[in-house]
Amino acid sequence: MAIYVKFFASMRDLMGDDRIIDTAIVQQNSINNVDDVWNYCADGKQLSANVLIAVNMDYVDAQNEVKDGDEVAFFPPVTGG
Amino acid sequence: MTIMIRQETFDPWAMLDEYQKNMSQLHGQYGATAVFVGTMRDFNEGDNVSEMFLEHYPGMTEKHLENICLQATGEYHLLETLVVHRVGAIKPNDPIVLVAVWSAHRKQAFEACREIMEDLKSKAPFWKKEQLKDGQDRWVEKNTRGY
Repeated sequence: MAIYVKFFASMRDLMGDDRIIDTAIVQQNSINNVDDVWNYCADGKQLSANVLIAVNMDYVDAQNEVKDGDEVAFFPPVTGG
Repeated sequence: MTIMIRQETFDPWAMLDEYQKNMSQLHGQYGATAVFVGTMRDFNEGDNVSEMFLEHYPGMTEKHLENICLQATGEYHLLETLVVHRVGAIKPNDPIVLVAVWSAHRKQAFEACREIMEDLKSKAPFWKKEQLKDGQDRWVEKNTRGY
Protein backbone atom coordinates (compact mmCIF):
# COMPACT_ATOMS: atom_id res chain seq x y z
CA MET A 1 0.00 0.00 0.00
CA ALA A 2 0.96 3.65 -0.19
CA ILE A 3 -0.31 7.22 -0.14
CA TYR A 4 -1.06 8.50 -3.64
CA VAL A 5 -0.43 12.23 -4.15
CA LYS A 6 -1.90 14.18 -7.08
CA PHE A 7 -1.32 17.74 -8.28
CA PHE A 8 -3.61 19.54 -10.70
CA ALA A 9 -3.38 22.60 -12.95
CA SER A 10 -0.89 25.24 -11.72
CA MET A 11 0.00 23.05 -8.73
CA ARG A 12 1.39 20.46 -11.17
CA ASP A 13 3.51 23.19 -12.77
CA LEU A 14 4.84 24.03 -9.30
CA MET A 15 5.24 20.53 -7.86
CA GLY A 16 5.83 18.29 -10.88
CA ASP A 17 4.49 14.79 -11.36
CA ASP A 18 2.14 12.90 -9.05
CA ARG A 19 3.88 10.91 -6.29
CA ILE A 20 3.44 7.56 -4.60
CA ILE A 21 4.70 7.47 -1.02
CA ASP A 22 5.32 3.85 -0.08
CA THR A 23 4.07 2.57 3.27
CA ALA A 24 7.62 2.14 4.61
CA ILE A 25 8.40 5.80 3.82
CA VAL A 26 5.11 6.91 5.39
CA GLN A 27 6.09 5.13 8.60
CA GLN A 28 9.73 6.25 8.56
CA ASN A 29 8.74 9.90 8.11
CA SER A 30 5.76 9.85 10.49
CA ILE A 31 3.37 11.05 7.80
CA ASN A 32 0.08 11.34 9.69
CA ASN A 33 -1.81 14.21 8.10
CA VAL A 34 -2.11 16.26 4.90
CA ASP A 35 0.43 18.80 6.13
CA ASP A 36 2.96 15.99 6.59
CA VAL A 37 2.27 14.78 3.03
CA TRP A 38 2.87 18.27 1.68
CA ASN A 39 6.08 18.74 3.64
CA TYR A 40 7.41 15.39 2.39
CA CYS A 41 6.70 16.35 -1.26
CA ALA A 42 7.33 20.08 -1.24
CA ASP A 43 11.10 20.35 -0.83
CA GLY A 44 10.71 23.37 1.44
CA LYS A 45 7.93 25.10 -0.52
CA GLN A 46 5.20 26.65 1.63
CA LEU A 47 1.61 25.46 1.29
CA SER A 48 -0.22 28.56 0.10
CA ALA A 49 -3.42 29.45 1.97
CA ASN A 50 -5.49 29.40 -1.24
CA VAL A 51 -4.49 25.84 -2.21
CA LEU A 52 -7.43 23.43 -2.03
CA ILE A 53 -6.97 19.91 -0.66
CA ALA A 54 -8.95 16.72 -1.13
CA VAL A 55 -8.53 13.31 0.46
CA ASN A 56 -10.24 10.48 -1.39
CA MET A 57 -12.04 13.15 -3.46
CA ASP A 58 -13.58 15.02 -0.51
CA TYR A 59 -12.49 18.52 0.49
CA VAL A 60 -10.47 18.62 3.72
CA ASP A 61 -8.06 20.96 5.49
CA ALA A 62 -4.33 20.49 6.02
CA GLN A 63 -4.78 18.96 9.46
CA ASN A 64 -6.90 16.10 8.13
CA GLU A 65 -5.43 12.70 9.00
CA VAL A 66 -4.22 10.43 6.21
CA LYS A 67 -3.83 6.66 6.17
CA ASP A 68 -2.40 3.98 3.98
CA GLY A 69 -4.22 3.78 0.66
CA ASP A 70 -5.48 7.38 0.70
CA GLU A 71 -5.41 9.62 -2.37
CA VAL A 72 -4.36 13.18 -1.49
CA ALA A 73 -4.82 15.96 -4.05
CA PHE A 74 -3.57 19.55 -4.06
CA PHE A 75 -4.99 22.07 -6.50
CA PRO A 76 -5.60 25.82 -7.02
CA PRO A 77 -8.98 27.59 -6.78
CA VAL A 78 -11.37 26.09 -9.31
CA THR A 79 -12.36 27.89 -12.52
CA GLY A 80 -14.94 25.77 -14.30
CA GLY A 81 -18.26 26.77 -15.80
CA MET B 1 -30.24 12.98 -12.69
CA THR B 2 -27.54 12.94 -15.35
CA ILE B 3 -23.96 14.25 -15.12
CA MET B 4 -21.80 14.27 -18.25
CA ILE B 5 -18.17 15.32 -18.64
CA ARG B 6 -17.41 15.56 -22.36
CA GLN B 7 -14.25 15.86 -24.43
CA GLU B 8 -16.34 16.56 -27.52
CA THR B 9 -18.20 19.75 -28.38
CA PHE B 10 -21.98 19.62 -27.97
CA ASP B 11 -25.14 21.47 -28.92
CA PRO B 12 -26.87 22.27 -25.60
CA TRP B 13 -30.23 23.02 -27.20
CA ALA B 14 -30.36 19.79 -29.20
CA MET B 15 -29.24 17.87 -26.12
CA LEU B 16 -31.90 19.54 -23.99
CA ASP B 17 -34.61 18.81 -26.56
CA GLU B 18 -33.59 15.14 -26.77
CA TYR B 19 -33.29 14.78 -23.00
CA GLN B 20 -36.70 16.30 -22.32
CA LYS B 21 -38.38 14.15 -24.99
CA ASN B 22 -36.97 11.06 -23.25
CA MET B 23 -38.40 12.11 -19.85
CA SER B 24 -41.79 10.69 -20.79
CA GLN B 25 -42.45 9.44 -17.25
CA LEU B 26 -42.39 13.09 -16.08
CA HIS B 27 -44.51 14.60 -18.84
CA GLY B 28 -47.40 16.41 -17.19
CA GLN B 29 -45.62 16.68 -13.84
CA TYR B 30 -43.20 19.54 -14.46
CA GLY B 31 -44.38 23.08 -14.99
CA ALA B 32 -40.98 24.77 -15.06
CA THR B 33 -37.66 24.16 -16.77
CA ALA B 34 -34.73 26.46 -15.93
CA VAL B 35 -31.62 26.35 -18.10
CA PHE B 36 -28.15 27.88 -17.92
CA VAL B 37 -25.68 27.64 -20.81
CA GLY B 38 -22.12 28.92 -20.40
CA THR B 39 -20.19 29.72 -23.59
CA MET B 40 -16.50 30.52 -24.14
CA ARG B 41 -15.67 34.20 -24.73
CA ASP B 42 -12.78 35.41 -26.88
CA PHE B 43 -11.63 37.88 -24.23
CA ASN B 44 -10.71 37.81 -20.54
CA GLU B 45 -8.99 40.23 -18.16
CA GLY B 46 -8.52 42.70 -21.04
CA ASP B 47 -6.74 40.19 -23.33
CA ASN B 48 -7.82 38.43 -26.53
CA VAL B 49 -8.16 34.68 -25.99
CA SER B 50 -7.83 32.28 -28.95
CA GLU B 51 -8.31 28.91 -27.22
CA MET B 52 -8.68 27.33 -23.83
CA PHE B 53 -7.86 23.98 -22.24
CA LEU B 54 -10.19 22.74 -19.51
CA GLU B 55 -8.71 20.26 -17.03
CA HIS B 56 -10.66 18.34 -14.40
CA TYR B 57 -10.09 15.84 -11.60
CA PRO B 58 -11.61 12.59 -12.94
CA GLY B 59 -13.77 10.98 -10.30
CA MET B 60 -13.91 13.91 -7.90
CA THR B 61 -15.53 16.22 -10.45
CA GLU B 62 -18.35 13.78 -11.14
CA LYS B 63 -18.74 13.00 -7.44
CA HIS B 64 -18.96 16.68 -6.55
CA LEU B 65 -21.48 17.46 -9.30
CA GLU B 66 -23.64 14.52 -8.22
CA ASN B 67 -23.59 15.79 -4.63
CA ILE B 68 -24.57 19.31 -5.74
CA CYS B 69 -27.48 17.96 -7.78
CA LEU B 70 -28.66 15.61 -5.03
CA GLN B 71 -28.61 18.45 -2.52
CA ALA B 72 -30.55 20.75 -4.87
CA THR B 73 -33.03 17.99 -5.69
CA GLY B 74 -33.82 17.58 -2.01
CA GLU B 75 -33.92 21.27 -1.20
CA TYR B 76 -36.02 22.36 -4.21
CA HIS B 77 -38.04 19.18 -4.89
CA LEU B 78 -36.62 18.86 -8.39
CA LEU B 79 -38.07 16.27 -10.71
CA GLU B 80 -35.01 15.96 -12.96
CA THR B 81 -31.52 17.47 -13.33
CA LEU B 82 -29.04 17.53 -16.21
CA VAL B 83 -25.46 18.86 -16.00
CA VAL B 84 -23.09 18.69 -18.98
CA HIS B 85 -19.55 20.14 -18.83
CA ARG B 86 -16.81 20.24 -21.46
CA VAL B 87 -13.17 19.41 -20.83
CA GLY B 88 -10.19 19.45 -23.20
CA ALA B 89 -9.51 21.98 -25.96
CA ILE B 90 -12.25 24.59 -26.36
CA LYS B 91 -12.64 27.40 -28.91
CA PRO B 92 -14.48 30.70 -28.54
CA ASN B 93 -18.25 30.33 -28.97
CA ASP B 94 -18.12 26.66 -27.93
CA PRO B 95 -20.59 25.80 -25.16
CA ILE B 96 -18.77 24.98 -21.90
CA VAL B 97 -21.57 24.05 -19.53
CA LEU B 98 -25.27 23.21 -19.54
CA VAL B 99 -27.33 23.07 -16.34
CA ALA B 100 -31.03 22.25 -16.65
CA VAL B 101 -33.55 21.49 -13.93
CA TRP B 102 -37.22 20.54 -14.00
CA SER B 103 -39.70 21.20 -11.21
CA ALA B 104 -43.41 21.72 -10.66
CA HIS B 105 -43.07 25.50 -10.19
CA ARG B 106 -40.75 28.26 -11.48
CA LYS B 107 -39.44 29.49 -8.12
CA GLN B 108 -37.80 26.15 -7.35
CA ALA B 109 -36.46 25.79 -10.89
CA PHE B 110 -34.91 29.28 -11.03
CA GLU B 111 -33.33 29.01 -7.60
CA ALA B 112 -32.03 25.46 -8.02
CA CYS B 113 -30.48 26.17 -11.41
CA ARG B 114 -28.71 29.22 -9.96
CA GLU B 115 -27.53 27.34 -6.89
CA ILE B 116 -26.16 24.40 -8.89
CA MET B 117 -24.35 26.76 -11.25
CA GLU B 118 -22.82 28.88 -8.48
CA ASP B 119 -21.66 25.80 -6.58
CA LEU B 120 -20.16 24.37 -9.76
CA LYS B 121 -18.27 27.63 -10.41
CA SER B 122 -16.90 27.87 -6.88
CA LYS B 123 -16.28 24.24 -5.86
CA ALA B 124 -16.31 21.70 -8.74
CA PRO B 125 -12.71 20.79 -9.62
CA PHE B 126 -12.21 22.20 -13.12
CA TRP B 127 -9.37 24.52 -14.21
CA LYS B 128 -9.05 26.70 -17.31
CA LYS B 129 -5.79 27.42 -19.11
CA GLU B 130 -6.11 30.18 -21.70
CA GLN B 131 -4.09 30.54 -24.89
CA LEU B 132 -3.83 34.23 -25.72
CA LYS B 133 -3.73 35.61 -29.25
CA ASP B 134 -0.18 36.85 -28.66
CA GLY B 135 0.94 33.23 -28.12
CA GLN B 136 1.23 33.26 -24.32
CA ASP B 137 -0.75 30.93 -22.11
CA ARG B 138 -1.90 31.28 -18.50
CA TRP B 139 -4.03 29.55 -15.88
CA VAL B 140 -7.22 31.40 -15.00
CA GLU B 141 -6.73 32.16 -11.30
CA LYS B 142 -10.31 32.63 -10.13
CA ASN B 143 -13.91 32.82 -11.23
CA THR B 144 -15.92 36.00 -10.93
CA ARG B 145 -18.52 36.02 -8.16
CA GLY B 146 -22.02 35.23 -9.40
CA TYR B 147 -24.00 36.85 -6.61
